[in-house]
Amino acid sequence: MQPNGIWVYAITERVDLTPLAQIRGVGGRGVRTVAAAGLTAVVEDVGLAEFGEEALRRNLEDLDWLEAAARAHHGVIDAVAQQGPLVPMRLATVYSDDARIAAVLTERGADFRSALRRITGRMEWGVKAYADRQPEASDDSAVTAGASRPGGGAGAAYLQRRRNQLTAQKNARRETLASAEMIHAALSGYAAETRVHTPQAPQLTGIKAPMILNAAYLLDSARGGEFAAAVTALAEQHPALRLELTGPWPPYSFAGTGGEGGLT
Amino acid sequence: MTTARVMQPGAEAAQAYGSSAGGGGGQVANLGDILERVLDKGLVIAGDIQVNLLDIELLTIKLRLVIASLETAREVGIDWWERDPWLSSKAFDRAADGRDLEQENEQLRERVKELESGRSSREIPRTGRKSRAT
Repeated sequence: MQPNGIWVYAITERVDLTPLAQIRGVGGRGVRTVAAAGLTAVVEDVGLAEFGEEALRRNLEDLDWLEAAARAHHGVIDAVAQQGPLVPMRLATVYSDDARIAAVLTERGADFRSALRRITGRMEWGVKAYADRQPEASDDSAVTAGASRPGGGAGAAYLQRRRNQLTAQKNARRETLASAEMIHAALSGYAAETRVHTPQAPQLTGIKAPMILNAAYLLDSARGGEFAAAVTALAEQHPALRLELTGPWPPYSFAGTGGEGGLT
Repeated sequence: MTTARVMQPGAEAAQAYGSSAGGGGGQVANLGDILERVLDKGLVIAGDIQVNLLDIELLTIKLRLVIASLETAREVGIDWWERDPWLSSKAFDRAADGRDLEQENEQLRERVKELESGRSSREIPRTGRKSRAT
């Protein structure tokens, strides 16, 4: 029999395993729990041949493996989150036995409990803003202005046109950034907490327009509809930006017990 | 067009708003969003198996992610995961034609200088035509 490790998905106060019976975790098995100090860790036994240190290191570099693991990890967390507040673990948190997990639950019980308190009755929503429209509108006027000037060569007119274009682009850029800040400020008004994340690369989003805002909002569950309506209204007020709303998510971005989202 | 993205059964539909019809859509959460959350967010506690996603491995994963979806490493925006300010103008500079335009402008300026000095032997001031037209 191969040696096992224990993969941790989330920490919560209590969980009913019955609705989780059909859920397959990262190792393809079902989940179980480890309880201590009034807290419950949702875990899965995983073979060290695939989830040991060396294997993990290698597998995490494999995009197909990574995708499957990420989706499975998220799938379990998402299912547990339907039952109540939880602190999601980062991918690849693996312990050697139950006793070690129980010890962590006990030692850090106060931290976990305070994190759970903060997110009770709340879910995370994500809002991204893309700068969708490139400024091309000023093109025609720039051409006209350049051409009508006396004494200029065609080359100079062209150069002037390009310069105007650049200026217009810079102005539009500034306006777009200001719009994103206004949107974030407005949406923050609905949230108990917010986090601003690094924008995702176009290669990752598959969207050519640059992402200029990637924020997470921790909302009281009852405010989801209101928040979505606010996003719609803001999208109408800022037509140069494309807004994308995702959620509700388990509170990944607010899992930490401190201000910066991590126990250290 | 509005693109519905349902993240969870029973949850309110998440939507993409805006003028463009793009934006993926589909019924499952976008892989990029999931990876961002499970790799970058979530609580970090030190497990017994030491695979430190915070260090070099995480960067490698992300780099490969980008490369995998790109096919040409040349175009990789290698600083997107760095903790630069959230409204960094770098995002714009990397986009589309920002850098190309600067370059093209420079080349044009040179070319114009050549052409016009050939005809009138006068240099174009850096401020362009405006100073002479008024």
